[in-house]
Amino acid sequence: MEVAVANKKSVKAEPMSEKKKNRITDAVVFIFLSFGAIFMVAPLLWMFSTSIKTREDVFALPPVWIPDTISFAKYSEIWSMGPLLSGISNSLIVAVSVTVIGTFTSSLAAFAFSKLHFNGKNKIFMMLFASVMIPYPVLMIPQFIMFSSVGWVDTLLPLIIPGFFGNIFMIFFLRQFLTSIPNSIIEAAKIDGCSYFQIFYKIIFPLIKPAVAAQLILWFMGIWNDYLGPILYLNSPEKQTLQLVIANFNASYAIQSDYPLIMAASVVALLPMLIVFIVFQKQIIESIAISGVKG
Amino acid sequence: MKTTSKLYRTEQRYAYLFIAAPVIGFLIFAMVPLIYSIYGAFTNWDGLGSMDFIGLENFINVFKDEYFYKSMFNTIYMMLGIPIGIVLALLLALALNRGIPGTNTFRVLYYIPVISSIAAISILWQWAYNGDYGLVNQFLAIFGVEGPNWLQNTSTVKPALIIMAVWKGLGYTMLLYLAALQSVPKSFYEAAKLDGANAFKSFWHITLPMVKPVTFFIIVTNIIGGAQIFTEINVMTPTGGPEYSSASVVFYIWQKAFGNFQLGYASAMALVLGLFIFIITLIQFKINEKNSFELD
Repeated sequence: MEVAVANKKSVKAEPMSEKKKNRITDAVVFIFLSFGAIFMVAPLLWMFSTSIKTREDVFALPPVWIPDTISFAKYSEIWSMGPLLSGISNSLIVAVSVTVIGTFTSSLAAFAFSKLHFNGKNKIFMMLFASVMIPYPVLMIPQFIMFSSVGWVDTLLPLIIPGFFGNIFMIFFLRQFLTSIPNSIIEAAKIDGCSYFQIFYKIIFPLIKPAVAAQLILWFMGIWNDYLGPILYLNSPEKQTLQLVIANFNASYAIQSDYPLIMAASVVALLPMLIVFIVFQKQIIESIAISGVKG
Repeated sequence: MKTTSKLYRTEQRYAYLFIAAPVIGFLIFAMVPLIYSIYGAFTNWDGLGSMDFIGLENFINVFKDEYFYKSMFNTIYMMLGIPIGIVLALLLALALNRGIPGTNTFRVLYYIPVISSIAAISILWQWAYNGDYGLVNQFLAIFGVEGPNWLQNTSTVKPALIIMAVWKGLGYTMLLYLAALQSVPKSFYEAAKLDGANAFKSFWHITLPMVKPVTFFIIVTNIIGGAQIFTEINVMTPTGGPEYSSASVVFYIWQKAFGNFQLGYASAMALVLGLFIFIITLIQFKINEKNSFELD
């Protein structure tokens, strides 16, 4: 009897102290996270801050974060100092064409791999998936020779055409996603006389649209930010993608220490994906979290 | 019976049609180049005309090449950032998993470097590492520390690249851990508490084993990615750094192949790198298999 009472007392008293303790821990954690967040964002803010500085402020000691004279002049100057505009349009051409067509071929293949019956299904899938184990440096030299033999060097084609054939990560992810869709839907559609392609675009595609969208965004970002592919194939300035253009800005204007100009161009290269991320952050974060757990 | 098999055959025909693009792409852009690359590694391929079989000569030269060893050493050295990133990311994920206000904002802020273009980030950090006016040294100056000229110094160029890589990758690893932590059933912790386990004990005996699959995934993908580091080095140290002290293997392969047109030799190095990655990954899978456990 006594023991029970004592227990009751301690149970009653504990939540109070624990709650308090938790609140203190939460406050400490919050401060710790805030400091971390400053470290994560400060370099990017500094990049922007440099881009709106005059030359004197860039080399001011101690550093100024908000310059006295805020000048956006570099943001108009960059367009004439290098092929920035064609860089943006080249990057867009590559990223849009690859993701639109590549997403179509990938989701069609994912549908076949998860819902249709055919001989060697798993073997073919494993074979395709094994290709992710081949590092790109092993393939880049022969690929370059292949593309140069058809005269595609210094065009966007070597960056575009391989993407049309789909992306194995996307196929893998969508195939996983499709397992949650019951096979009976497909059987019912077959009985109703739908062709296989109709089943895909009338039933399957609308169902997997959210997953497709998230994957498409991630792929788009990957292409937009790609550097090694473009540096291999694109030589003439007006053919280069945005990432190469800003790297060349860096190489040619650092000697004159025109850091505001370089940083302005870099901000322009970074901003589109930042906006895409902020708009679609929920879908992007979810899709990455899922791929990690499943992977 | 006959109609079923006919139906089945139609389905099969469509299925093959639907997977045709990735399969053809795989053959043209992965299989053919792979075979080409293996063959090329045994020749004196220079991209112009000659492609004569020379046996193992390239491979023998690779293992005699001090620049290859140097770039390999640099590449492995720079992977030191992987464990640092993992520990920091797990701590961050634990902090974010408490459900304190602002969690979503923190998640987005920590993730911004991940989505940022690596070229722009490299340009930014090159400027941040500037010896006289860079952000890093100005920050150190607050504590009275006089920072070096990071990228011009053989002893600091690799740590500089590591710090940048940890900063850039932290958000991604954190996000994977956060998802893993959220999938751990709360009842596990409650049970442990009833058994008298303290916070550290339940972290050690519940959290760590439960996030182990994610840790494994992170280590494997980070090593595969880390072995192929290129862009940062190409942008920040275009010549491979002072005394070639920041050149990675891929950087060296790229120079040999597209600067000197020693395609055969570069292919041999790429194959050695590929094999290296493959063996490391295999070892990790073996270790993981040995230590894995099944949950009922």
